[in-house]
Amino acid sequence: MEHSFLFQALVFLLAAVLCVPIAKKLGMGSVLGYLLAGILLGPYIFGFIGKEGEDILHAAEFGVVMLLFIIGLELNPKEFWGMRKSILGFGSIQVFGTTALLFLCFIYFFHWSIQMSLAISLSISLSSTAIILQTLKERGLSNSVAGQASFSILIFQDIMVIPILAILPLLAIPGVAPIASKQTSIIDGLPGYIQTLVVFGVIGLVYGITRYIVSPLLHLVVKVNLKEVFVAASLTIVIGVSYTMTLVGLSPALGAFLAGIVLASTEYRHSLEATIEPFKGLLLGLFFIAVGSTINFGIITAKPILIFSIVLAVMFVKGVVIFSIGKIFKMSFRNNILTAILLSQVGEFSFVLLNFSSTLYIIPKDLFELLMAVTAITMVITPILLVIYEIIENKAFKSTLGEPKQQADEIHSMHKVLIIGFGHFGSTIGRFLRANGISATILDHDPDRVGLLRKMGFNVYFGDGTDLDLLYAAGAEKAKYLIATIDPPEVNQEVISLVKKHFPHIEIIARAKNRYDAYDLLDMNVDSIYRETLYTAVHLAVDVLTKLGVRAYTAERKGYDFIKFDEDSIRKLAKSRHDKKQYILSAREQIELQEKLLSEDMHFNLTQNDSAWDSEPMNNNSK
Amino acid sequence: MNKKILILFAHPKFENSRIHKQLITAAKNHPDVYIRDLYQEYPNFNIDIKKEQELLLKYDIILWQHPVYWYSCPPLLKQWIDLVLTYGWAYGDGGNKLEGKLILNVVSTGGRKEAYSKDGGNKFSLNEFFLAFQQTATLCKMNYLPPFAIQGSHKLTESEIGIHSKNFQLLLTLLQNGLINSETSIPSQSLLNEFILTLKS
Repeated sequence: MEHSFLFQALVFLLAAVLCVPIAKKLGMGSVLGYLLAGILLGPYIFGFIGKEGEDILHAAEFGVVMLLFIIGLELNPKEFWGMRKSILGFGSIQVFGTTALLFLCFIYFFHWSIQMSLAISLSISLSSTAIILQTLKERGLSNSVAGQASFSILIFQDIMVIPILAILPLLAIPGVAPIASKQTSIIDGLPGYIQTLVVFGVIGLVYGITRYIVSPLLHLVVKVNLKEVFVAASLTIVIGVSYTMTLVGLSPALGAFLAGIVLASTEYRHSLEATIEPFKGLLLGLFFIAVGSTINFGIITAKPILIFSIVLAVMFVKGVVIFSIGKIFKMSFRNNILTAILLSQVGEFSFVLLNFSSTLYIIPKDLFELLMAVTAITMVITPILLVIYEIIENKAFKSTLGEPKQQADEIHSMHKVLIIGFGHFGSTIGRFLRANGISATILDHDPDRVGLLRKMGFNVYFGDGTDLDLLYAAGAEKAKYLIATIDPPEVNQEVISLVKKHFPHIEIIARAKNRYDAYDLLDMNVDSIYRETLYTAVHLAVDVLTKLGVRAYTAERKGYDFIKFDEDSIRKLAKSRHDKKQYILSAREQIELQEKLLSEDMHFNLTQNDSAWDSEPMNNNSK
Repeated sequence: MNKKILILFAHPKFENSRIHKQLITAAKNHPDVYIRDLYQEYPNFNIDIKKEQELLLKYDIILWQHPVYWYSCPPLLKQWIDLVLTYGWAYGDGGNKLEGKLILNVVSTGGRKEAYSKDGGNKFSLNEFFLAFQQTATLCKMNYLPPFAIQGSHKLTESEIGIHSKNFQLLLTLLQNGLINSETSIPSQSLLNEFILTLKS
C-alpha cells in the first residue's frame, strides 16, 4: 500500500497519540502501547503499513542510538568504570550461558543444523535495550538493584554485537554464501590484528575528539545563543559518532554511548540531554511501532505451535539464565525475578544479526521471517509480564501481612500522609514521622526495600507514584498530605501533576533537587518546596561562621535569614524566568540566572541591626 | 574551701556588648568560675535539660548574667528557667536538688538608676522588677541575693566599665570565700554592687 509521506506521518503520530495514553492508563507502560499501535497499523489489521515496516524499522533503530547517547550522558566515566565488574560478570554469563542453552535446545528439540542453531542462539541471546531502559526509566527502576544489573548486562550485549557480527560469516556454509556483502566497513580487507587496532584506535579517537574538539565547539555554539544551532550541533554529535563507528564496523549505539559518557562530565550534559530527548522519544516510539507492524501474523497463524514453542523456549531459557546469575551474585528473590522478566525478550540488535545471517544464507528466508515474529512477540510479552508481576507483588503483600497493623490512635491509623519514594531522603522523613507516632503510607519501587520495610511493619506499596491505580490503592483519596521525594525530578514532577489532577484535595509537599527543579515545581503551583541542597548547605555555612568566631546564635539567625531570603528570591526569579522566550535551560542561561542570584544577594543585609531593646529614649525622658 | 561559681550567661548580641565583654573577661581570669555561654551553646534554643541539671549540681553559687530586656531577661534564659527547673527536681514534691544554693542576677541596664525608681520613667526599682526571679529562687529553696547591676550602660566610658568589672571580680572573690552568704544582711531595696562598696569603705 502506497501512501503520501504526510499521510503516513499522520497515521503514525495518531496511532501513538491514541495508543500510548490508553496503554499507560491500563498500567502497561508506553512500550506496549507503541507495539500495539504498530500491530494495529500493520498489514494484518488496518494495513496502513505494508512492507515498508522493515525500512521504517531500520530508520527508527536510530532511536536506540540516541537512547544510548542519553544513557551515556547520565553516566559519567567514573560511574561507568565502577560498573566494569558487573558488566563483565553479569554480561558474559548472560550472553554465553543463554547462547549455550539455546544452542542445545535448538539442536535437540528443533533439530536444526549446528551452524544455524549457533547463529540463531547468538543473535537472540541479546535483549532489547530500548524496551528495558524505557521501562526502567518509566517505572523509576533505573537505580534499583534489578535496574543496575539489567543495565550492566545490556552494555555487555551492546559490546558483544561487534564480535558476533565478526563470527557470523565464519558460520556461512562455504560456496553457498556470497562473500559478506552486507558489511560495508572500510577495514574489511585488512588482516585481523590491524582491524582490532583500528577498532581501538577509533574508540580512542571518538574519546579524544569528543573531549578536546566537541566540547570547545559546543561552547562556541552556545555563545551564538540560537536554539536550533544547538539542536543541530547535538544531532551532529550523535550522527557523526554513529557514522564513524559504522565506517569501521562498530555498533553506532556503542559509539553514541561512549560519546555520551565523555560529554557527561561537561557542563552541556543537561542541555544535550534535553535537546536529544524528544528526538529519541519519537524515534524510539517509531521503532516500537515498526516492530509491531512487522509481526507477520500470516506465519503466526500458519505455524502457531512452532512459533509459540520457540517463544516459550527463548523466554524460559533467558529467564532461567538471568535467574541463575542473580543467584550466583546473591541478588534477592524479588530483584531476581524482576531482572529475569525485564531481560527475557529478544532485542532489536537481534533483528540486525538475524537479517545478516539470512543474507549469509545461514538461515533460510522463511525461518528468518518466523524468528522476526518470535522476536516481536517476546517484545510484546515482556511488558505484559511486568504488569502481571506488579499485580502479584502487591497481592502477595496483602495476603502475607493481612490488614495493615492497626495503631491504637484513630487519627494515626488513617494514614493521612503518603510518602512517595523511600530512599535516603524519603526514609529520613518516614523515620522522623514514625518516631513521632505518625505512620505514613509509603510507595517505593525497590523490591528489596519494600520487603524490608514490610517486615518492619511499615505500610508500603510496591511501585512508584506515577501509577494512578496504585495511588488509589494506597489510599490517596483519604490522604491529606503527599510528600513527593523521588530522586529524578522528572518522575517526581510526573507524580505531582498526576496527584494534582486526580486528588486536588491533597496538599503536596515536594523535595526539589535544586533551584531549577524548584522553578519547575513553582510553575506547577506547588507551594511547599524543600530544596535538598539549601538547608544542608546553609547549615554547614553557619557552622563555618561559628568556627570562624561569629557568635553561634547570630550565625544561626543569619542562616535562617538567608534561607528565607533565598526562598523569596527563588519565587521572584521564577517569575522573571518567564520573561524570556520559552527555552530549555541552557548552560548559558544557568550562568545568567546565577548572576542574577548573586546580584540579588547584595540586598541581603548582613549588618542588620536588631538591637530591639534600647532604653535610651526612656533615659532622656527621665532626665 | 572555695565555693564554686556557675555563670549562666545569656546575651543574644554579645558581640555588640561593651559591658558584658569586660565582665566575662574578668570572670574568665577568675579561678573556679565556669561561664556557660547559653546563646553559644544553644543557638537554636534546644536546651539539653539533663546536662544543665547535672551542671547545676556541681556548683554552689549560680549567677544569671544578662542584659535587661523589657524589664526581664533575654528569651533563652527564660527558656532555660522554664525547662531546666523541673517539678520534682528543682521544686515541688521531692524537688530539692538546688536547696541552699546561692543565686543572683548580674545585669546591665540602659537606663540609669534614677530611671528605675518611683519617680523615674520605669516607675519601679530593679529589685521590684526582679521579684519573679526572686520567687523562682525561693520556690526552688535557693537563697536569692539582690541584683548586681551596671546601669546607664550607654553613657559609660570604657574606664568606667573597667571599674565595674573590678567590682565584679571583688564580688566573685567575696562569694567564693563565703564572705557574702545567705546570712549576710543586705538591705532589700539595694543593689549588690552598692553593698560591696559599703563593705570596702
